[in-house]
Amino acid sequence: MTTIPTGKTPAVPAGINWLGLAGHAVPWVIAIVYYFMAADYLTFGTQIMIWILFAMSLDLVLGYAGIVTLGHAAFFGIGAYAAGIFSIHVSGDPILGHLVAIVVAALAGLITGAMILHTTGVTFLMLTLAIVSVIFEYANQAKWLTGGDDGLQGMVINPLFGVYPFNIFGNTAYIYTMVVLFVWFLIARRLVRSPFGRSLDGIRQNPRRMRAIGTPVWWRLLAIYTISAAIAGSAGALSAHSTRFVGLDTLSLLTSGIVTVILILGGTRRLYGAFVGAVVYFYVQDWTAKISPYFWEIIVGGMLIATVLFLEGGLMDLGRVARNLFLRLRRSRTA
Amino acid sequence: MSAEPVLSIRGLNKSFGALVVAQGIDVDLMPGARVGLIGPNGAGKTTFVNLLTGFLKPDSGTIRLDGIPIEHMAPEMRVRRGLARTHQINALLREDTTRENVAIAVAERERYAWRMMRFGPQWRRCCEEAQELLNSLGIGDAGDRVVRELPYGQQRLLEIAFALALKPRVLLLDEPAAGVPSEEAHRIHDVLDRLPKEMAILIIEHDMEVIFRFAREIIVLLQGRVLTRGEPAQIAANPEVRAVYLGRTVV
Repeated sequence: MTTIPTGKTPAVPAGINWLGLAGHAVPWVIAIVYYFMAADYLTFGTQIMIWILFAMSLDLVLGYAGIVTLGHAAFFGIGAYAAGIFSIHVSGDPILGHLVAIVVAALAGLITGAMILHTTGVTFLMLTLAIVSVIFEYANQAKWLTGGDDGLQGMVINPLFGVYPFNIFGNTAYIYTMVVLFVWFLIARRLVRSPFGRSLDGIRQNPRRMRAIGTPVWWRLLAIYTISAAIAGSAGALSAHSTRFVGLDTLSLLTSGIVTVILILGGTRRLYGAFVGAVVYFYVQDWTAKISPYFWEIIVGGMLIATVLFLEGGLMDLGRVARNLFLRLRRSRTA
Repeated sequence: MSAEPVLSIRGLNKSFGALVVAQGIDVDLMPGARVGLIGPNGAGKTTFVNLLTGFLKPDSGTIRLDGIPIEHMAPEMRVRRGLARTHQINALLREDTTRENVAIAVAERERYAWRMMRFGPQWRRCCEEAQELLNSLGIGDAGDRVVRELPYGQQRLLEIAFALALKPRVLLLDEPAAGVPSEEAHRIHDVLDRLPKEMAILIIEHDMEVIFRFAREIIVLLQGRVLTRGEPAQIAANPEVRAVYLGRTVV
């Protein structure tokens, strides 16, 4: 029997594709090199990786499943608060706290998703806004639990595995965050390149079609929404553990907005878009904020507009666009 | 041939406010049935299909598939039980290749689409089955083409391929040849002629040539009610039908 191309889905490779593998290694090599080269800025690097993870979780719902949400900060914040509160009242073990945060955020995703995923479009968007606002206001009012607008203080985090303390230099937090990001990246990559991920892509394109072939659309969306919430919660827990502080802003609408900007900037539906978007966003913020504290928002806003107008697939498309331009130039010269 | 109908509809009613769109409709589909549903625009043909597939909920009445009531089931559950449809307006995954479109339907039929960890050899089998189906419909060459770039006639065939990939026992064809240029329409007609013998099929079509060639029983719908039913020859001769519907059509 002749082999049939399986389209978007990867065929089982005949051997190891070294070039592709090298490409995949780039972000992780950068992350490791950064650890040694920028030892004074590890906190900054950790922050970027946390936002990469958060943006990647958003990519699963927004990019792959086509669920347009502005409420994803809810899961980031819930994860952060769960990790923080757990460390104060129950145990300072970072891994245990992290797992608790993941479970709590997943539950939040499951419950809110079940409540609103039967709606679509603007209705859904408004409901996600409503939910994140309600949770924000609850966290603001429940001072006894969350510290209200002073933020959650007094977190005590035990050393990782009882050996590596979360110190002010941020070595432990950096390595820990990198490993967690790597594990989630592998899981997310598997997920989007599975039959399940394939069906989500179908739902994004045409839910009516998928229903007509017997796809339980609501259940599939609920599944990815819950998984995505778990990953966002994991990012929140990393944020809480690395800074030993949780502020109300983790639950704010602005946080939802920033993560969306990062994802759109980098490019949706490719997982790596989150990497590019977060790095560019925070570096631009860092550089331009030195010039003027207000200036950087104009720059980021301008970049976002330019990206949306000219690069359909975000900054991840830059390489392809540049290559096409180069080829066209060369062709016009030879002609 | 079995005497039990595979799809049995009794007393189906539906109205939107004062507008009655289905009133006391009774239909039985035997295995291998070829039933045509005709009626003027607004007679409730597509509404009827939507009631059967579950996109609309009937006010009253029963729908039984293999004797099991399905009128309260969600659309996807009905599909899983063997009730498939095509759409009057294409509902395709336009960014994917033709083969992938069909393979996804096969995967869903095989209960394989919940798998969250990478593609296995099953996916290859889904693709192979999809390709065979496309070959049998005469669009095998288009397997690698992205649906968006496909000629409209081939998209209509793909719409049928989607439904066939589910191996349904009852197939509802909602104007399969709608909008297809007449010089390409014969390809759709050929496919209709070669549909599996044992499949029960209900077809809605405005093209009387197609209906009278394909159907062995015709139901005429008017304002949500069954005006009359019978063999094609009877229907063509029925003065009432000629008055409301066939008036200007030469059969």
